[in-house]
Amino acid sequence: MKIYVCVKHVPDTAANIRPLGGTAFDETVKFIMNPYDEYALEQALRIRESGSGAEVIAVTVGKEVATSTLRTALAMGADRSILVKTDAYFTDSVETGRLLYRAISLDGFPDLILTGRQSVDTEGMQIPYRLGVLFDMPVAVNVVTFSMVEGRVTVEREIEADVREVIEMTTPCVVGAAKGLNQPRCPTLPDMMKAKKKEIRVIPQADLGFPPPIPTVELLGLQAAPDRGRGTILEGDPEKMVRELLRLLREEAGVL
Amino acid sequence: MARIGVLIEAKGGEVKKTTLGALAAARRDPGEVYALLPEPNAEACHGVLRQYGADRIVTIRTPEADISPFPDVQAAALAAAIDRFQLDALLGVSGQAGRDLLARIASIAGAPLVLDCLDIDFPSGTVRKSHFSGKTTATLRLNGRPWILGIRPNIFPEKIDPRHGDIVLYEAPVPTSKRLVIREVKQGSSGGPDVSEAEIIISGGRAVGSAENFRILKECASVLGAAVGASRAAVDAGFASHALQVGQTGKTVSPRLYIACGISGSVQHFAGMKTAKVIVAVNNDLDAPIFQKCDYGLLGDLFEVVPALTRALAPAQAK
Ligand SMILES: Cc1cc2nc3c(=O)[nH]c(=O)nc-3n(C[C@H](O)[C@H](O)[C@H](O)COP(=O)(O)OP(=O)(O)OC[C@H]3O[C@@H](n4cnc5c(N)ncnc54)[C@H](O)[C@@H]3O)c2cc1C
Ligand SMILES: Cc1cc2nc3c(=O)[nH]c(=O)nc-3n(C[C@H](O)[C@H](O)[C@H](O)COP(=O)(O)OP(=O)(O)OC[C@H]3O[C@@H](n4cnc5c(N)ncnc54)[C@H](O)[C@@H]3O)c2cc1C
Repeated sequence: MKIYVCVKHVPDTAANIRPLGGTAFDETVKFIMNPYDEYALEQALRIRESGSGAEVIAVTVGKEVATSTLRTALAMGADRSILVKTDAYFTDSVETGRLLYRAISLDGFPDLILTGRQSVDTEGMQIPYRLGVLFDMPVAVNVVTFSMVEGRVTVEREIEADVREVIEMTTPCVVGAAKGLNQPRCPTLPDMMKAKKKEIRVIPQADLGFPPPIPTVELLGLQAAPDRGRGTILEGDPEKMVRELLRLLREEAGVL
Repeated sequence: MARIGVLIEAKGGEVKKTTLGALAAARRDPGEVYALLPEPNAEACHGVLRQYGADRIVTIRTPEADISPFPDVQAAALAAAIDRFQLDALLGVSGQAGRDLLARIASIAGAPLVLDCLDIDFPSGTVRKSHFSGKTTATLRLNGRPWILGIRPNIFPEKIDPRHGDIVLYEAPVPTSKRLVIREVKQGSSGGPDVSEAEIIISGGRAVGSAENFRILKECASVLGAAVGASRAAVDAGFASHALQVGQTGKTVSPRLYIACGISGSVQHFAGMKTAKVIVAVNNDLDAPIFQKCDYGLLGDLFEVVPALTRALAPAQAK
C-alpha cells in the first residue's frame, strides 16, 4: 500500500510578508511545512502504524529550498520523498496539480492521497480536487475525522458551524485534512538525524512534460493590504457609550 | 456578448442573500446572466432571480431525482451546463458549500479557478484576492475559458435589476458511478447561524472567561441578528467550539459589522476579519492593539458594555 502526502513549503504564518514591487516579495522570511499538511502526514503515519505497513511518500512542487519541508516530513516519519523542482515561486494551480499527478504516477500507484485543506500562503483551495479528476478518484476536503475499513473510507467534513457531513468513499481516494483531524507529532533530534539518510528524489519540472504556453492563471501584482487606522474611541458610562455607538453605526457608517 | 453563469444557492426555496451578491457581481458585465438552479429549488426562486438580474434561469434536472448526497454528480451536471450554454464564466459564493462545488466544477472543466475574490474586472479578465492570511492582495489574470470564480460572501451588495428570467429546462447527462456519497449531515450542539456568511458577527475572546459567559454574547447576537464568533484563545480555552473560530486557522469572514469583545487584535485574528466593512472593538485596555485598527472602539468592561448593547437594542426589536 502506498500513501502519497502532498506537502507545501510556505512562509511561516507569523512572518511579515513584504511585497517588493511587481509579483515579488521578500522570501528571506522563515518557511515551514503548510500547517494543514502536517495533519495529512500525521494521518498517513497513523495508517502505517496501525498495521497496514503502508509506505508513506511526501511529495512537493517547489524551488530547491522546499527540500527543508521534505526533511521535516521525513523527520516526522515519511519513508521517502519527492521534490518536483521548479524555478519560480509561482506555478498556477492547474500546472501544480498536473506536476503532482505526473510525479506521483511516475513513482507508483497511490492507494490514498492526502493533502491539506488549503495552502496558508496562496489559499487556492483546489489542488486536492484537481488531483481527484486527474487520478479519477473521489475527493473529500476539510476532513476532521477519518477511518478506513476494507477498502472504504469514511470521513466527516465540516460544512458550517458545528455541521458535519459524513462521507463514504471508495478507495483509492483523495482526502484534504483540516485542523482537528489529529495531533501531529513533533520530530525529535534522533528523528531528524535519521531523516538525513532518507531519500529525496529530485525531478526537474522539465522532465514531466511541458506546461501549456500560457498559464491558466497569471500573477500580475502583489500589494500589501493596509490595516485601517486608529478608530474613534468612546469611553465613560457603558449605557451612554452604547447609545453613541448605535448612533454612529446607523448614521455615520450606515451598517445598522 | 459574454455569458456569465451564476451558481444559485438556495435553502428551503429561498435564494441565499450572498448569492444575490453574486448576481450583482455578474451584472457588472454587460453580457447575459444565466442563473443555474438545481431543480429541487426551482419554482419558488424564480421571482427573486428575475428581480435581481437573471436574464435566464436554467433549471438543471438530472435522471436521479435527488442528487444532493452526490457532490460529484452535482458538479458534473453543472460542468455540463457550462458547456451546453457556452458560458464564459461561472460565479458562485465562496462559502463552505460553494467552495467545494466550484472547485469540483473547475477541476472537471480543467478551467482556471480563483476562490474568495474581493473584486472582479471583466474587461481585463482580472480578479483581486487576498493571500498570506490577509497580509497582501494579489491581482490575477485568468486565461482560457470558462473562468470559475468564487466571491467572498458579502463583498458585493445585492442589487435590484429586473430582467426577463426566461426559464430554460436543462436535462444534464451525468455519471452514474457512486464512488462518493454523503451518508448523513450531523448537526452539532452550538446551533446558531454560521459565521462565514453572516452579515453581523459578535465575537468573544479570552477575556470572556468561560463557556457559560459566552451567553451574554449569544443574547446580544440574537437581538442583533448576528452570528457568534470567537478568537483562538477562547476556542483553545474551551469557551467556544472551533467551528466559531475566526482568523487564520479558523474562518475568514467579511460581515457588514464585526464586534470584537475582549479580543486583543492579533495579526492572526485580523487575518480572518480584516475585510469586514466596520469593525467595533470592546476592550478595557486603551493600549490594546485592536484599538489601532478598528473603526470604533469602546473602552470598557465587556461584561458591562455587551449587556448594555443588548438592552439598547432589545426595545427596538420588540416594536
Ligand atoms: C500570490 C499568489 C496567488 C495565487 N493565486 C492563485 C489562484 O488564485 N489560482 C491559481 O490557480 N493559482 C494561484 N497561485 C498559484 C498557486 O499558489 C500554486 O499553484 C500552488 O502550488 C497551489 O497552491 P494553492 O493555493 O492552489 O493550493 P491549495 O489548493 O490551497 O492547497 C491544498 C493542498 O494541496 C497541496 N499542495 C498545494 N500546493 C502544493 C505544492 N506546490 N506542492 C505539494 N503540495 C501542494 C497541499 O497539500 C495543500 O495543503 C497563486 C500563487 C501566488 C504566489
Ligand atoms: C499559527 C497561528 C495561528 C493562529 N490562528 C488564530 C486564529 O485563527 N484566530 C485567532 O483569533 N487567533 C489565532 N492565533 C492566536 C493569536 O496569535 C492570539 O493569541 C489570539 O488571537 C488571542 O486571542 P484573544 O485576543 O482572545 O486573547 P488575548 O490576546 O489574551 O486578548 C484578550 C483581550 O481582552 C482584553 N480584556 C481583558 N478583560 C477584559 C474585559 N473585562 N473587558 C474587555 N476587554 C477585556 C484584554 O485587554 C486583551 O486585549 C494564531 C496563532 C498562531 C501562532
